[in-house]
Amino acid sequence: MSAGIDLENVCCDFGTFRAVDNANVSIRPGEFFSFLGPSGCGKTTILRMVSGFIEPTQGVIRIGGEDVRGKRPNQRPTALIFQNLALFPLMPIWENISFGLEVRGVDKATRRKKAEDLLKLVDLPGAADKMVSQLSGGQKQRVAIARALAVEPQVMLLDEPLSALDLKLRQHMRAELRAIQKRTGVTFIYITHDQGEALAMSDRVGVMSQGRIQQIADPREIYNNPVNGFVAGFVGENNVFEGTLGTVAGGMAGFDTAEGPFRARISAEAAGKPVKLYVRPEHTLLSATPGHENSLPVTVTEVSFEGAFISVHAQTEKGKILVAEIRNDGQATVPAMGAKLYALFAPDRAALLPDANVRA
Amino acid sequence: MQDLLRRYGFGLTLAMCLLVAFWLVMLVIVPNITLFEQSFRPYLPVTEVGGPKDVYSFNNYMKVFDGDVERSFLGFTFHIPVHVYTFGLTIFYSMVTTVICFVMAYPLAYFMAKIVNPKSLPTLILLLFIPLWVSEVLRAFAWWIILAFKGPLNALLLGVGLIEDPIRWTNMGYTGVVVGLVYTYVLFMLFPIYNAIQSLDTNQIEAAEDLGAPWWKIHWRIVLPHSKPGIASGSVMVFMLSAGSLLVPSILGSTTSQWFTQTIDQWFKDALDWNTASAYAFLLLLLCTVFVTVAMWLFKVKLSDIAK
Ligand SMILES: Nc1ncnc2c1ncn2[C@@H]1O[C@H](COP(=O)(O)OP(=O)(O)OP(=O)(O)O)[C@@H](O)[C@H]1O
Ligand SMILES: [Mg+2]
Repeated sequence: MSAGIDLENVCCDFGTFRAVDNANVSIRPGEFFSFLGPSGCGKTTILRMVSGFIEPTQGVIRIGGEDVRGKRPNQRPTALIFQNLALFPLMPIWENISFGLEVRGVDKATRRKKAEDLLKLVDLPGAADKMVSQLSGGQKQRVAIARALAVEPQVMLLDEPLSALDLKLRQHMRAELRAIQKRTGVTFIYITHDQGEALAMSDRVGVMSQGRIQQIADPREIYNNPVNGFVAGFVGENNVFEGTLGTVAGGMAGFDTAEGPFRARISAEAAGKPVKLYVRPEHTLLSATPGHENSLPVTVTEVSFEGAFISVHAQTEKGKILVAEIRNDGQATVPAMGAKLYALFAPDRAALLPDANVRA
Repeated sequence: MQDLLRRYGFGLTLAMCLLVAFWLVMLVIVPNITLFEQSFRPYLPVTEVGGPKDVYSFNNYMKVFDGDVERSFLGFTFHIPVHVYTFGLTIFYSMVTTVICFVMAYPLAYFMAKIVNPKSLPTLILLLFIPLWVSEVLRAFAWWIILAFKGPLNALLLGVGLIEDPIRWTNMGYTGVVVGLVYTYVLFMLFPIYNAIQSLDTNQIEAAEDLGAPWWKIHWRIVLPHSKPGIASGSVMVFMLSAGSLLVPSILGSTTSQWFTQTIDQWFKDALDWNTASAYAFLLLLLCTVFVTVAMWLFKVKLSDIAK
């Protein structure tokens, strides 16, 4: 069983400070949805509103179509996994996991059985009688997931559950979480400030900044077609040019910068707002010959070999540093330091984007 | 020790150690050892002290078993040595005091630790502390006035219509004593529990609620177990202080209430028999310690938990 979640014009104020501003999102049943954003942008606040620990100051939250305003967390079909897990240190693992069942009056033998089944599901058999302090970070993580799954929630809410783990384990747990979600079919709302995590795991991502949802889309769309400079910058690297917008026609526009005139994509919403030009390093090409447009002479100042790709820093005549990434296909020519080249990018690989959508 | 030496130098460290040693030896150990030694010797006229009759024995301790009286307690009637009876009641009403203190302190401690706005907490703590600035004697007398036959409590209850005739509170056995003890010592219960609850991660309470637990279950399974060390140390303090209190039972006691410390006091001051008085005092100390140890064992509390 899984339920969809709708936020309609949800706002949350702490005193005069607006932590979440007019959030509108419709999360589908069984979806893996991530909220991605920098620290303090209001992610946890959204999750706490869905789980019922905070009431929105405005707007409606629906879980499975039902308005949940005024319902306490213990009356909602959600299970929250806390940023610090909040396992119960004084109970053995199996009691931790079956706490939700104990509350529901399930008898001890059934609880124990269920706890052991769930421990198998999260790949931690034999830990039932250990204490929380005897587990490693990743194991605690799994116990927290099992504890939340035990109450058969329709929605799982996860607040940066992997942030305390080291890189290897984090990557492993990502796959694990994704698999558990697929197996159980429960709607997952996942919070993270790690863009790699959000893009890799989610069906859809909502990118947030300063309490506002900037863009909701699937990971590829977020990366390839960010709606504004904030999203573009948060989910990847960019070469950014400032300048003035020229004529707009057919989704393309001219853009005059100190480095020269360029042409790039522009969306209907962006036209009319102040915009900047964004080009991803992997779309920035280096060539010995100039292109017929979007091309500028540069000098290579730094070359670093990253394994899968080669990152090249190149300085324009005006002193601006551009970054280009060359995929290492085994025979790519590595530019020499000091080489005089041309940086080029295709007009449909560059985007003119407004700044983040924030309060005036 | 090395740290102390490095930080304060040799002279100051030595001075501090000597002062602490002086305090411990001269003001705590020596007088207590003297009394302890005295408690095994008979009470004799000055001329006979050190004479042939002045030998060590347990006679002073055995005096608690003298003088059977018939008493009834909770509906049972039995013969019991009067001092043993007093001792039993002292323990019993100290326990009652401890339980009442816990019942009052726990919700307040939880409120202070988890619910109240942290900004108003200092004010709240100040308000709780103000009564402590008034001397214990005055506080006991204040209750004496409150509980008086024509006092404000009776006036209030009569006014509200809860009772039809005024009640002689201070003449109802141990009522006055327990009220006074609770009032005097409740903060000793409050602060250890407050500290314990405060150290509980609020996310755990929320996690329990999120998993569907009603409020009482959250307390029973999460908050209470976590605050057990605080409850234990609060209870030990309140119990020991109550059992050892002399002032409150003297002021708020009724004609039918007798506290064991009052018995000791009578041996000291009325009978001038310091030997028996010391013996009784050590009995009280010993038996209270045993009682507390047993209680801690029953509730599975370790000494190291309390020290935290
Ligand atoms: N109880 C509160 N009272 C006042 N302000 C709060 C409260 N809770 C959160 N805030 C503020 O709301 C904003 C959003 O907080 P939130 O916890 O949602 O951030 P977050 O996106 O989860 O950040 P992080 O990644 O650091 O966890 C922050 O600026 C924070 O200071
Ligand atoms: Mg957070």
